[in-house]
Amino acid sequence: MQPIYLTIALAPLLAAMVAGLAGRVVGRAGAHSITILGVAVSCGLSLYVLWKFLFDGMAVFNGPVYTWLVSDGLRLEVGFLIDNLSAMMMVVVTFVSLMVHIYTIGYMHDDAGYQRFFSYISLFTFSMLMLVMSNNFMQLFFGWEAVGVVSYLLIGFWYTRPTAIVANLKAFLVNRVGDFGFVLGIAAVLKFTGSMDYATVFARSDQIVGGYVQITDAITWPAITFTCICLFIGAMGKSAQMPLHVWLPDSMEGPTPISALIHAATMVTAGIFMVARMSPLFELSETALSVVLIIGATTALFMGLLGVVNNDIKRVVAYSTLSQLGYMTVALGVSAYSAGIFHLMTHAFFKALLFLAAGSVIMAMHHEQDMRRMGGLGKYLPITYGTFLVGSLALIGFPGTSGFFSKDALIDAVHFSHRAGSGYAYFCVLSGVFITALYTFRMFFMTFHGKERMDHHTQQHLHESPWVVTLPLVLLAIPSAIVGWFTVKPMLFGDFFNGAIKVLPGHTVLVQVGEEFHGPSAFVFNALQSVPVWLAFMGVGTAWMFFLRNPEWAKSAERSFKWLQTILLEKYGFDWFNEHVIVAGSRLLGGGLWRIGDQTLIDDGLVNGSARAVGWLGSVMRYAQSGYLYHYAFAMILGLASLLLWLIWRT
Amino acid sequence: MFPTILFFVFSAVLISAALGVILVRNPVHSALLLVLCFFNSAVIWILLDAEFLGIVLVLVYVGAVMVLFLFVVMMLDVNLEEFRSGLTDYWPLAAAVAGFVVFAIINVIVVKHLGGASLRSAPALAEGYSNTRALGTVLFTRYAYAAEIASTILLVASVAAIVLTLRRRPGGKLQNIAQQVAVRARDRVRIVKMTAEKRP
Amino acid sequence: MISLSAVLTLSGILFAIAVAGVFLNRKNIIVLLMCIELMLLAVNFNFVAFSRFLGDINGQIFVFFILTVAAAEAAIGLAILVVLFRERRSINVEDLDTLQG
Repeated sequence: MQPIYLTIALAPLLAAMVAGLAGRVVGRAGAHSITILGVAVSCGLSLYVLWKFLFDGMAVFNGPVYTWLVSDGLRLEVGFLIDNLSAMMMVVVTFVSLMVHIYTIGYMHDDAGYQRFFSYISLFTFSMLMLVMSNNFMQLFFGWEAVGVVSYLLIGFWYTRPTAIVANLKAFLVNRVGDFGFVLGIAAVLKFTGSMDYATVFARSDQIVGGYVQITDAITWPAITFTCICLFIGAMGKSAQMPLHVWLPDSMEGPTPISALIHAATMVTAGIFMVARMSPLFELSETALSVVLIIGATTALFMGLLGVVNNDIKRVVAYSTLSQLGYMTVALGVSAYSAGIFHLMTHAFFKALLFLAAGSVIMAMHHEQDMRRMGGLGKYLPITYGTFLVGSLALIGFPGTSGFFSKDALIDAVHFSHRAGSGYAYFCVLSGVFITALYTFRMFFMTFHGKERMDHHTQQHLHESPWVVTLPLVLLAIPSAIVGWFTVKPMLFGDFFNGAIKVLPGHTVLVQVGEEFHGPSAFVFNALQSVPVWLAFMGVGTAWMFFLRNPEWAKSAERSFKWLQTILLEKYGFDWFNEHVIVAGSRLLGGGLWRIGDQTLIDDGLVNGSARAVGWLGSVMRYAQSGYLYHYAFAMILGLASLLLWLIWRT
Repeated sequence: MFPTILFFVFSAVLISAALGVILVRNPVHSALLLVLCFFNSAVIWILLDAEFLGIVLVLVYVGAVMVLFLFVVMMLDVNLEEFRSGLTDYWPLAAAVAGFVVFAIINVIVVKHLGGASLRSAPALAEGYSNTRALGTVLFTRYAYAAEIASTILLVASVAAIVLTLRRRPGGKLQNIAQQVAVRARDRVRIVKMTAEKRP
Repeated sequence: MISLSAVLTLSGILFAIAVAGVFLNRKNIIVLLMCIELMLLAVNFNFVAFSRFLGDINGQIFVFFILTVAAAEAAIGLAILVVLFRERRSINVEDLDTLQG
């Protein structure tokens, strides 16, 4: 099987190299053909691998394929760990990526950087596959950084726009903050276990449990908590959890296919995947899991609220992504890793669908993203309308859709948890359901229903997107709608993740949820009597009342709650804080170090100062240099005389 | 007893000659007096059983170095009058420094004698001792590399002396050997093809 | 028998004379070179004397090398002198102050 795994990872890389380095030679059609071929090969083989796992019971593959270096007993290798978890991630990544590749043909049709774009997204697929297929921390970190680099390149894809440049810089810097924690976490793992290999690290996890990290003379922290929180800080950066979420809304400056691929479906889930992969470590630290839980719950509720006031269609979807990532993090925090991963999978499908459909709308509107200038688009874009509706229903957890199964199970798991902070988390995820429904259908109604608010010229040219755009929408809508029916039982309550995810006996909330599970249809039926679904319906109803039936209600509410709206539009002041405290502080510190440390001390003091001192010394010493031979001879004889004097004195 | 008398006689001559070297006005005379110094030194060295070095001193210094000095002094058209002025301006300082150096050295050697109490008399030499053989044995075994380096220094010095004093005069008739060796036939001979003509 | 002190004293006097020569003949560079030869001779006296009185032949080896280097030095020094005279038409030390600071 090893050649197959290698092919899965390397086919997109090869395609990216051809499209990127020989883009002029192969041309536009050549570039998209070869990258789609590369990703399709990966996707097909990933499906084959998953098939073998599911139905042939193939054994887990865990082994190195290349040894990079061995130093003092530490082996740095490129290796693959292929089990159910990574196989599922591979399928999700390559499938969404394939859809995005196809979609891009239509979306980027008029763009000058066509080949470059295809090269980047293929490169991204490769990086993400390296990340999920890794069997050691070093390769995980490589994939982690590689997806970060590609994300940077793609957010700044339109590099002539100042906003795009600022956004990609912001994404890069915020991710550095997270990576700093991540590197510390990896270093802690290495320090306590002496290995980078997952299996070895998990086998030696008791060494971490017994260890302590000395912070100051007085403070020592348990090593396991320190390690897990550091690793989770990395996940916070990549998966955009508060307070490191600020880069994700700005990353919408990139082209829409990228928002779908990277900033919704795959890259941002790397943090979730990593925590799930590290479950044997996280399980050992109750404190770290509580931190995960509270951060996730906060993100889930408060980021969702921001979606209610935003008018940019892509940003609303972006905030919903933040909120859904919060949900996944909450699931991790209550030890329901399977539920988190399950939600990750369903979310990948419906969020990619929503983004791509939003992109289709944006194309139809001639790159207008403001929802206040849309409305009534449903009859012009029937396929987009239908698929968007499917995506929205999945997002709010409408009974029967994929999002319903994952989200409902997740909320139940939080309900059963007794971890510190789970009460707060339960409140957050429940209110989040209402908020999610509210902003999703606000967006849906403002875009596809109601008065047509666009200008006349745009209205004249409204038409459905070409088939390369609608085909991926349809292909994504199908799993968004139905994938939950037949995956919920094995993934959440079955043994699909046995061996990949480890849950300690005291933390088995999902088993408690499973005790009340009697098949998907019963689950749907039961849900009709449960709180979350009704909250979702209420959200939809509220959106209908405020934004479709009585738009003036929304306006009067806006006036009455001006202060709330201001807070939300300011995004709770995170950007303000970063800009005026952290950035300004760093600039002040840097400027101070530059002026005092560099210019005054080093340049003037050490470099020019030593030159000046030598010059001054020379200007004094030159009077001793007469140039006459006998003066020098005299000096030598004086030296001899003093040497003799010293000899006499000494003896 | 006899060697001691010889030593003092030659020492007296040596010191007088050395004083002469620094006091006479004419550099040619200085050089000749220096030759006398070297001869006396060679004798004293031989008295100290260093025959080989004594002979080398005569051969190398008197035979080569001092001849070179004399040669240069005579070759250069030096205005001797110039050096006479102000010759004795510094004699008090010179005397003071010299006196101090003599005093200090004698102080160190004779008064403090630096642990040399056991060196009052020289050890007796073995029967059939040959200074030259002893020197050669050490020089060509332990100091073989040093001797090689010394010979290289001499070679470099002689080459350097030639290069320094070499003067290229314009219009000199010289061979450029590199050019001669690198010459090709077609630079010198031009082969012309032409149709044969019948004698009219 | 010749005593060590006598030889060393002789070498000291010789050296002092050479030093005084440097002061007296401070204009004539040829005599300066000769004074240096005298100093080296004085040093060689010490080596020969100690070599004899300690019964160690290595001291004489040093004399041998000093003679070598002194010969090389004299050759190069005189060559420089010749070049100098050619350039300046003078060997007066007082004319040689190019290195004045």
